[in-house]
Amino acid sequence: MKLSAWKKSKLEQAMVGYMFLLPAVVALCVFLVGPIFYAIYVSFFRYNSLNVSQKQFIGLENFVHLFHDPMFGRALLNTSIYAVVVVPVQTAIALFLALIVNSIKGKTFFRVVYYLPTVTSTVATSLMFMFIFEPQGLLNSFLKLFGIHGPNYFNSPTFALPAIIALAVWSSVGQFMIIYLAGIQDLSDEVYEAAALDGATGWKLLRHITLPLLRRTTFLNVVLSLIGCFQVFDQMYVISGGTGGPLNSTLSVVLDLYNQATSGNMGYASAIGIALFIIILILTLIQKLIFEREEA
Amino acid sequence: MQKRISPAFYVVAIGYSLIALVPFLWSIYTSFKPTSMVYHTWVPLKDLSFGSYKYLFTSPQVAFVQWLLNSIIVAIIVTVGNLIVNTLAGYAFARLKLPGKGPLFLVFLAVMMIPGQVIMVPMYMLLGHLGWIGNYSGLTIPFLMSPFMIFLARQFFLGMPKELEEAARVDGLGTWGIFLKIFLPMARPLMATQIIFTFQGNWNSLMWPSLLTTGSPNVYTLPVGLNSLYGQYNGYWNNILAGVLLLTIPMIIIFFIFQRQFVQGMATSGIK
Repeated sequence: MKLSAWKKSKLEQAMVGYMFLLPAVVALCVFLVGPIFYAIYVSFFRYNSLNVSQKQFIGLENFVHLFHDPMFGRALLNTSIYAVVVVPVQTAIALFLALIVNSIKGKTFFRVVYYLPTVTSTVATSLMFMFIFEPQGLLNSFLKLFGIHGPNYFNSPTFALPAIIALAVWSSVGQFMIIYLAGIQDLSDEVYEAAALDGATGWKLLRHITLPLLRRTTFLNVVLSLIGCFQVFDQMYVISGGTGGPLNSTLSVVLDLYNQATSGNMGYASAIGIALFIIILILTLIQKLIFEREEA
Repeated sequence: MQKRISPAFYVVAIGYSLIALVPFLWSIYTSFKPTSMVYHTWVPLKDLSFGSYKYLFTSPQVAFVQWLLNSIIVAIIVTVGNLIVNTLAGYAFARLKLPGKGPLFLVFLAVMMIPGQVIMVPMYMLLGHLGWIGNYSGLTIPFLMSPFMIFLARQFFLGMPKELEEAARVDGLGTWGIFLKIFLPMARPLMATQIIFTFQGNWNSLMWPSLLTTGSPNVYTLPVGLNSLYGQYNGYWNNILAGVLLLTIPMIIIFFIFQRQFVQGMATSGIK
């Protein structure tokens, strides 16, 4: 009698449990796992959605084409430059600000202010910066005070990407600063007291105690930042009006993918997506390796 | 460890505050300028007005109110949907004895590693096939679940003591009752974190709504609409920036209300 009641409750738990999971699992299959497999499948085809009857299996040709496609090459170059500048600059500023904010009064105020750009939509921040970077905008008016004649940033193949980089650093420094701040607050006071007894102060303390102890946080920040950088789309899309111009100087990998998909090159666009995934995966694994070697 | 704090620290901290705030302040200022003076650095006080805001809300040439409404409706549906779907799944993964849940959870973890852009093409085709491009269905239904939030929910429920369940079972509560009466009331911090991040992600998102409203301006969300507004009304910076601020203000209000959860969620999860 008792045993069967126990069995019944177990069965009831399983029934209810699967009901709990059902919506998530359906969504997972239909809108994630299914599409992922379809993306792999379609990347082996020459497939233009405007001309469906021409669908043709071409093996790895889409992937081979990636290596010869100057558009994709340019997009990858731009994205790499963007990441190579944004990741270290933003991580360094975030760490610097976190160390400063942590040691002064008014922590909450500065935290809120620095975080504002991060909660703001990228469309909003992009448009705000486009106005500031206009030929006769705020930045150039300011530079004029010093006798510098600023360029038309977003119409210049030289200055458009650097201006977007500045925007990207500005908008996400707050996010990484907060992660650092949490990391700093987790450091135990005992280590500092011991170090102080040994006569370590100021710069020495930072160099030999704080930074090594924050290594995990730095790793997290660098990985997150790098993944985000390689997925950059919004700023480029808004600022270049979707073209990646001027002269492809702001074309990112995801913008290239978006443009290929919306012009119907479904097979090739999927190949770009898969290449992006592989690139991000490799970069993350490399960082993990470096991090673990340093830990050992 | 804190002894003398150099005033230089304050100078730097305040200096960076200015850098963070100036673009916002400049946008607010510009949004009050008349169109003919948007490039003037100094505009007399008497020329500043709410004209741009009035224009956005009343002009028949701009579907601003429609976009705002679309954004609000879509963000609310997606947030509520995620809250239900992710909390239920996270709870089941954390607290219920279910054969096969381990491997299933691994699948959720695995897909978290794949960037969303990878499935842009299949989603575009699938939703096109379903007739969901250019209406609310496409903007909401595919986005009602988040593996990451399920992960967070699972972590949260794993952290609660086992005795809770046992006592409730003795009291004769079933599985559903235990979830609803015991665990859910204690899950407020989890709910807050989910609401904030889901709402923010959806409210600010550009890529999917752009893709899924192609050619249907009446279902544009606010970011997509503002982006198109810039394309059409080049130079009307006062109107555009007024729109930008109206897009920004709801997020800032939510941020202020949930500031602590925001920061905690950020710090523990490392997500934006």
